[in-house]
Amino acid sequence: MTPAQRLETFLGRVPYVRFLGMRAELAGDEMTAALPFAPHLVGNVALPALHGGVIGAFMEMTALAQLSVTQPSAKVHKTIDITIEYLRPGRALTTYARADVRKIGRQIANVHVEAWQEARLKPVAALRGHFMLSDS
Amino acid sequence: MSPEALRETARHMVETVPQASALGFKLLSVEPGKGSIFTPWREDLVGDPDTGVIAGGVVTAVLDHVCGLAIISTAKDRTTPLSTATLDLRIDYMRPAAPRADITAEAHCYKLTRNIAFVRAHAYDGDPQDPIATAQAAFVLKRPEAR
Repeated sequence: MTPAQRLETFLGRVPYVRFLGMRAELAGDEMTAALPFAPHLVGNVALPALHGGVIGAFMEMTALAQLSVTQPSAKVHKTIDITIEYLRPGRALTTYARADVRKIGRQIANVHVEAWQEARLKPVAALRGHFMLSDS
Repeated sequence: MSPEALRETARHMVETVPQASALGFKLLSVEPGKGSIFTPWREDLVGDPDTGVIAGGVVTAVLDHVCGLAIISTAKDRTTPLSTATLDLRIDYMRPAAPRADITAEAHCYKLTRNIAFVRAHAYDGDPQDPIATAQAAFVLKRPEAR
């Protein structure tokens, strides 16, 4: 499978990706994930703002989607731990994210993710995580 | 806040916030500084199609939400409604949930300063002593402007 096919397979197979409404595109080996705004993602109606858990989950799925491209496996890789930093409120807009695979070991990958909305240089949140790689 | 008023405020927060309602959260319990939320398993929330295990993202969302619940439950009376924003959230996934298992999440706000709340939480799919995930978080409190 090509990297683009691996990404499509991952996005298409995971029901929760559809629940979020998440998409992703590859430009060469660089993947950008997008989460269009939808009413069911709201955590604060008054602002309105995206639910913190949604932003965290979107970044975690971005890391897993990136790993599905760079570390082909028939199975989904598993999250070991994640640390999420919230930098700005997630507004009622499309959110984007990119994952940076910092280290791939024999069993474990370290991945950093940054999410933004209108400006890449004004991130709304960041995630650092470790993932257990499934055997291919 | 009376236990009845606290429960009403908590139920509103757990069951009417759009994302919480979309995930099917139900309020299990609330007391000052503590709360617990039930999330029923659903086909569309699965993260691993090979096993039917619920997505880590759902666990992340319920842990974040139950931390917020534990914080708002510290409010002494209705004149000081607290609005919270997550500062950071660290989650350790100790093991995958069982296939098709519902998730329960509990949180304890163990320290509240004027501006910051520190919270611990855990999620389990059966035995509370055998968690699927634990969380440690800090939240910023947004109090109403003093007039």
